Order: sequence, then C-alpha cells, then structure tokens
Amino acid sequence: MANNKMLVGFFVASESIFFVMLILAYVNFHGTVTDGPTAVNSLNPVRTGIFSLFLLASSFSMWLAGRSLVTKNHFMMKIWILVTIILGVTFIYGQASEWFGLIDQNITISRNVFGTTFFTLTGFHGFHVCVGLLMLSILLALAMFGDFKGPKSDGVECISIYWHFVDGVWIVVYSVIYLWAFL
Amino acid sequence: MSSKIPLVPENITPLPALKENEGMLSWVSSVDHKQIGIMYLISTLVFFLIGGLEALVIRMQLAKPEFDFISPEVYNQMFTMHGTTMIFFVVMPFLIGLGVYLVPLMIGARDMAFPRLNALSFWLVVFGGILLYYSFLTQSGPSEVGWFAYSPLSEKPFSLNKGPTYWALGLLATGISSVASGLNNIVTILTMRTKGMTMRRLPLFVWMILVTSFLLIFVIPIIASAFAMMLLDRLLEATFFTPAHGGSAILWQHFFWGFGHPEVYILVLPAFGIISEVIPVFSRKPIYGYEFVAGSTVAIGLLSLGVWAHHMFAVGLGNVANLYFSLASMLIAIPTGIKVLNWVATMWGGKIWFATPMLFATAFIIEFVIGGLTGVAIASVPIDWVTTDTYFIVAHFHYVLFGGSLFAIFAGVYYWFPKFTGRMMSETLGKWHFWLTIVGFNMTFFIQHFLGVMGMPRRTYTYHDFPYWGSMNLLSTIGAFVLAISVIIFAWNIRRSLKHGEKAPDNPWNAWTLEWYTTSPPAVHNFDLVPPVRGRRPLWDLAHPDQPDEPNAKVVV
Repeated sequence: MANNKMLVGFFVASESIFFVMLILAYVNFHGTVTDGPTAVNSLNPVRTGIFSLFLLASSFSMWLAGRSLVTKNHFMMKIWILVTIILGVTFIYGQASEWFGLIDQNITISRNVFGTTFFTLTGFHGFHVCVGLLMLSILLALAMFGDFKGPKSDGVECISIYWHFVDGVWIVVYSVIYLWAFL
Repeated sequence: MSSKIPLVPENITPLPALKENEGMLSWVSSVDHKQIGIMYLISTLVFFLIGGLEALVIRMQLAKPEFDFISPEVYNQMFTMHGTTMIFFVVMPFLIGLGVYLVPLMIGARDMAFPRLNALSFWLVVFGGILLYYSFLTQSGPSEVGWFAYSPLSEKPFSLNKGPTYWALGLLATGISSVASGLNNIVTILTMRTKGMTMRRLPLFVWMILVTSFLLIFVIPIIASAFAMMLLDRLLEATFFTPAHGGSAILWQHFFWGFGHPEVYILVLPAFGIISEVIPVFSRKPIYGYEFVAGSTVAIGLLSLGVWAHHMFAVGLGNVANLYFSLASMLIAIPTGIKVLNWVATMWGGKIWFATPMLFATAFIIEFVIGGLTGVAIASVPIDWVTTDTYFIVAHFHYVLFGGSLFAIFAGVYYWFPKFTGRMMSETLGKWHFWLTIVGFNMTFFIQHFLGVMGMPRRTYTYHDFPYWGSMNLLSTIGAFVLAISVIIFAWNIRRSLKHGEKAPDNPWNAWTLEWYTTSPPAVHNFDLVPPVRGRRPLWDLAHPDQPDEPNAKVVV
C-alpha cells in the first residue's frame, strides 16, 4: 500500500515543524548570552563534525539497504541495515560523550539559555535517532527471521524515509549550532 | 494468528459489532471507525458537562459585586479548566470524532486508512483528559494560569503547584492524538475514496476535515514544542521562558499564538462543514458555489498561519508588525464572508424546512456573523488596545466558539443522530433546546460586549459596584443558568431518544451524501454496495436518473 509511505511522508513534514520551532528557539537566543558558556567557548565543532560523518554515512548505507531490497539481495540488505545501526550508534556515542563532557564542566540545561536551547535541540534530535535505531533493530530482527524478501517492503521504505529525515535534521542542527558559531 | 495482520481488516473477519456484541470489551478494544467515533462523541459530552459546570461556578462568582462565592484561587482554576476543557476536550475531539465517524462513510470507504492509529488517537484524548483532571487531586489543585498559560506566570517561581505541569502533559498527549488523527484523515481522504468520488465531488464536510487535518499536522507541533519547553522549564529548570535567567516571556506568546490562532480555525472549519451539509439538505437545493466554499476554506487555512500576533497588540511589537497583523487578520474576513454569502444564497429561494438541525444551522449564521464582526473590529489595533483583556473579548470569542462551533455541533448531532443510532431525536425537546439556547446564549454573552466597553476586565475574581455592573452581570449569570437548563434538555433528549425515539429510516432527511445510503445505524462493514458516484449528490442522482447533477459524467463501474 502506498498509504504507509504517504503517512510517513506527512508525519515527517509534521515533525519538521517541531524541529523548526526548537531551532527558532535556539536562533532567538543566539548571541544574547553575555557571560557563561556559549557555542563558541564550549563546543568542539571538529569532533562533533567527525561524528556527524558517521550519521551521514548511515543514510548512505540505509539507501544501499533499500537498493538490496529492490534487487532481492536479502543477505546484503541485512548487512547494510546492520551497518546503518552501527553507524547510528557511533553517532549517539559521540553525542553522549559530548554531553557528559559538557556536564562535567557544569554546563547543563539549567545553566543559561545556551545550555537550555543546546541540550533541548540536540536532545530531541538524539531521541529521534534512538527511536530510529530501535526501529532499525526491529527491522533487522524481522529480517533475520526471514521477512523483507523484496523487491518491495513498506516497512523498510518507511523507516528509511524516517532515517533520512533524522539525518537531514542533523545537517540543519549542526549548521545552526556549530557552523554558525565557528564560521 | 498469522504474522501479517491487514491494516484494513476484510469483511470476512468482522470487527466487534454494534448490535451483535455490546460488551464493554468490544468497545474498549474496537478499531472500528464508527465505534471510535461514538466513543469520541460520548467522552466529549462528558467533558462538555464538566466544562459547563465550571462555567456556572464562574458565573455564580460574578453574579454580584464583591461576591465571595468561591476563593480567588478556585476562580482562577475554574476559568483555566473551563477554557482548556471546552477547547481541547470538547470542540476539538467532537469535530475530530464526527469526522472519524463520517469521513469513511461519506467517501464510501470501509474504514479509516489506519484503524489502530485511529484507536490510539481516541485513547490519547481520554488519557490526556485524565491527566488534566488528575490535577484536582494534587495538593494545590489544577493550573491557575489560564488556558494561554502565559509565562512567567506559568513558570516555577510563580506557579509552584503541580497544576501547570499536569496541564501541559495532558495537552501534550491530546496534541499527539490530534496529529495522529490529522495524518489518518489526510491519508484516508486522499487514497480511500470510492470510484467516481473525485476531489471536486467530495462532500464539503470532508473538504473541511481535510483542510483542518493539514492545519492539525502543521500547527500542533508548534505548541507541542512549546509544551516540551515549558515542561523542561518546570521540571529540569531550563530557562526558555524565564526572563530573570535570560529567557523570553514573549517567545512563549509567539509560540502559543502561532498555534493558538490556527487553532480557532481548527475549531470552526469542520463546523463550517456541518453547516455546509445541513443547509442544502434542509433548503432542498444544492450548495451555492461549491468551489468557493472549498476554495475559501483553503484560503482561510493558509491565512490563519500568518496572523497570530493580533493576540499580542498590547505587547508592543512596533507599528510595522501591528499594521501587518492587523491587515492580515482583516483579510480573513473575505473568505469567511464568501462562505456566509454561499450559505445564505443556498437558502435563498429554497424550500426551507426548519427541523431542529436547520434551526441551529440558521442561528449559527446569525450568531457567527456577530462574532465575526466584533472580530474584524478588534483586528484593528486602536480598538484592540481599548478592548483587550476586557469582557468585550470574552463576548467576541464566545460568539464564534459557542454561537459558531457549538451551534454547528448541535445541528450536527440532531442531523446525524438517526444515522448513528437508528432512532430520531425528539423534535419537541429539540425545539425547546434550541429556543432556550438562543435565549440563554445571547442573554449571557451579548451584555458582555457592553461590560467590556465599560472596562470590566476579564480573568478577574470580582468587581466593584460600579453603576449597572451588578445588574448586567446578574443578567449574564441568569442567562448562563438558562443555558444550563437547555443543556439538560439536550442531554435528556439524547438519553430518551436512544431508548424510546422513533425508529429512523435510512435517509430521514432525504439527504444526498453517501452516509445516508447505508442502514441506520450502518452495518459493521458500512456498505453492502457503494452506489456509483457520478456527481456531488450521489443519492440525488440515484433517485433522479433522468436529471442528474452532471448529465455528461461518465459512469464509473
């Protein structure tokens, strides 16, 4: 049924408004912090940039999983889903270590508006990545039991749309938080 | 059970039926759009009675000057809960629930596109309502900060009670429900129409639900993100909306009204849909200017996204912003006026039959136009500066939400009750309900225009004994009690008609849309056979094959 993909398409559109609002909140307070932590004095764009590459790569591997589905290459599809999960987990590891590093320096959500908007925006994005990882794991488990022989599967294609969306959001978030501060 | 459960169950595995299995479990576990629709309507009736009681408590307190019927805290809780309940748990879920019941029938489908998502939407509303009302059991009671929850009042240092937290959580749950039902409606309407049911032949109610659904999926996320920020502020001491810590109270207002103004169109567009179905049927004429009714709805939907700051003229956003938002708001009067013109033109020269649904629909036009006119007035910045936060505004939005949405809801209940239950509602009680509503409603709210112009502030516990204020408020309170009597009659009419109402035929009003083709109440599978759709009024074409609406339409088999 095309219905499922249409549903996910509109869901993603709805979700993007949610992220637009979080980004607007971040933009609204950008530059209003006069003392205390800000993006410029507490973030490491290179380190996060490297971890971002893992997320970008995961979008590519998810695309390859979709290709394998179409060509009915069941084994490679499972491999590419697994690769996607590993890349996603790596990204989340990078996010988590960045958060712990900041919290160690007493930069928290309640410290100032930078902390508030930074942790909210990256937190909601990270939450969406985790939900995506959960869905991908279910997908992989079902594939292990023999589902998704191809050439079509709404399950794989819908989760793929969601995953690309989460990736796309991160490109915007990274640009707004890191590139805006350092370029 | 096989591992692949079809999303839309086939007819051979019937869902729990209305007739065959009336146990509670068949309702709780139901994924049938008709049962879910009915559950929506019943729960909104319960919330409507609760919200009405809260309104009576408010009016009692205001019955005379310097009265202390209740404490100021309780008064604040009452107007907060009244507004929140009526908007999020009465009008919205009623209109969504009506859509859930009617949309598949009107487009000739078996069910919604995603029946289980539909059930999730309904239960989230229920749990949202429970979360909201649970705050009555907490130590300091429910939220006292109004349905708009302006910061910093709704923030930690000023509202230490748990009320606003429960409020935001409950509304977040209903918000997720609204997005889910919006998505479900869009996919259903776009993909599940029966053969021949093109977008240009879609019943107008379905058109309105479609536009409303787009509004839902694009504006609910705005308030969902604001609720998330508010909860982070309250629970994790984030600083989004606390100016003392670098946050911004104005940001909350922008977010809230960015959602809040499209929200009023979410509350009124499906009501327009009900009116657009009722008026042609009871005037015995097809709707005048179908394309304009549908097109102007799309225009309203788009315009509504760009007018939010007319709720914020008193903030001081500057002349340029005020000018823009004032003009943009006035623009909305054009597509809305087009609709009013269409309804009146439909009635013009028609053979009007004033059954109860038509009475409410006709009254809707009049009351809604009054609310619309005051709306255009307060879209003008200088008038708004004088009337903002007075009872003039209270009168205005009750004329559009009660005189508008709720009158349409009453019309819809009387119109579709025979289809829902297989029984007619009592016309005698219906007429009593109607006239008492007209008297009570106008008595309660018309006088508030004058109170507002005289400067009586809203959201205020009590007032001084200025000349006429006491008697005018007393009149308003008496009107509220007349309304209460009318609501009791309405509820009694529903109860009585369910048991003893006259048996309803399949098409008691001689209407033309597909839902009247099936039995009353509809079979579990909706239609044995969906009739061919070759015009906007399939049942008219069926009854008058010699003079169809679209003589040149191709018959699609």
